[in-house]
Order: sequence, then structure tokens, then C-alpha cells
Amino acid sequence: MVLDWLAAILMTLGLVFFLAGTVGLLRFPDVYTRLHTVTKADNVGLGLIIFGLAVDAQSVWEVVELFLVWGLVMVASTTAAHLISRRALAQGITPWKESS
Amino acid sequence: MTGMTGFYALVVICLLATVVAGLVRVIGGPTRVDRMLAAQLFGTSGVALILLIAHIEEVEGLVDVALVLSLLTVLAAVAFVRRAWE
Repeated sequence: MVLDWLAAILMTLGLVFFLAGTVGLLRFPDVYTRLHTVTKADNVGLGLIIFGLAVDAQSVWEVVELFLVWGLVMVASTTAAHLISRRALAQGITPWKESS
Repeated sequence: MTGMTGFYALVVICLLATVVAGLVRVIGGPTRVDRMLAAQLFGTSGVALILLIAHIEEVEGLVDVALVLSLLTVLAAVAFVRRAWE
């Protein structure tokens, strides 16, 4: 019962992060800020949902597997973010600044 | 456990809603990068969705599907940077 509540709270927090990630993708002005929201906020959201699932897991192996998935996703999205931002810089896309 | 299934389904629906909202970036662009970033977002959300469904349906094998999806997401980003973004 307590564990159910813990899982529910963790997942709700995860949803908040996913929502923030989507809002950021839609509202931020340039590629770098959007990269930031897609790769940071969403990975925290995924992590919280994975924590919520791990609370409810049936076996130790299931928990290990969940965290392996999270680790892989984090490494993957970090790599993708670096590649994309480096390429954007090489193409001369200048980071957005508040209009002065 | 059974009482939680409805809640999990609600989480799945909310996640799907964020994915659908992200589609606006795919349609609107304005550049190729923005569309790619939306695809990256679907990768992360998709992994979360698949893991949740694996838990609801108690299908252990779906976790491996989530692993493959995350690998495909990063491969898509690599292919995009190397080939499609001149």
C-alpha cells in the first residue's frame, strides 16, 4: 500500500518532467535550448518512471534490467546531444541570446 | 497491484499526450534539426511507454524492445548528423 503510493508519486513526478520536456521543445527558441530540454528533462522523467516501476518490481533481476535500460538511454541521448550540438556549432548556428 | 493498473494506464495516456504534442515540432520544423529533436523525444518517451506496458501486461520481453528502441534512437541521431544534415 505504502509502496503503491511511492510508485504513484514517483511516476507523477516523472510525468511532470516529461511534460516540461515537451513544453520546452515547443517553446524554446533555438536548437541548443531544445537539445537541453529534450536530453535533460526527459531523462529525469524516464528515471523517475523507472524508479516507480522498480518499486513495484517482482524480482531483483527486473530492477537491474530497468536500470540497465535507463543507463543505456542516458548514454545514448548524451552521445546524440553532443553530436547534434557539435554539428550545429560547426555549421555556424549561433546560440540564441535575449534580444538586446 | 490490480488497483495500480488503472493508474499506470493513466500515466501511459499522459505520456502519449506529450508525444502527440511533440508532433507539432515534426510538422512545423522549422529546420531539420528540430524534427530530429522531436524524434529524440519520442525515443525517450517511447522507452518509458514500453516499460510501462511491459509492467501492465507482465510481458518480460518488452523490456528488450525498449533497449532496442533506445539504440535505434541514437543510431538515427548519428545517421542524421553524418549524412542528412549538410
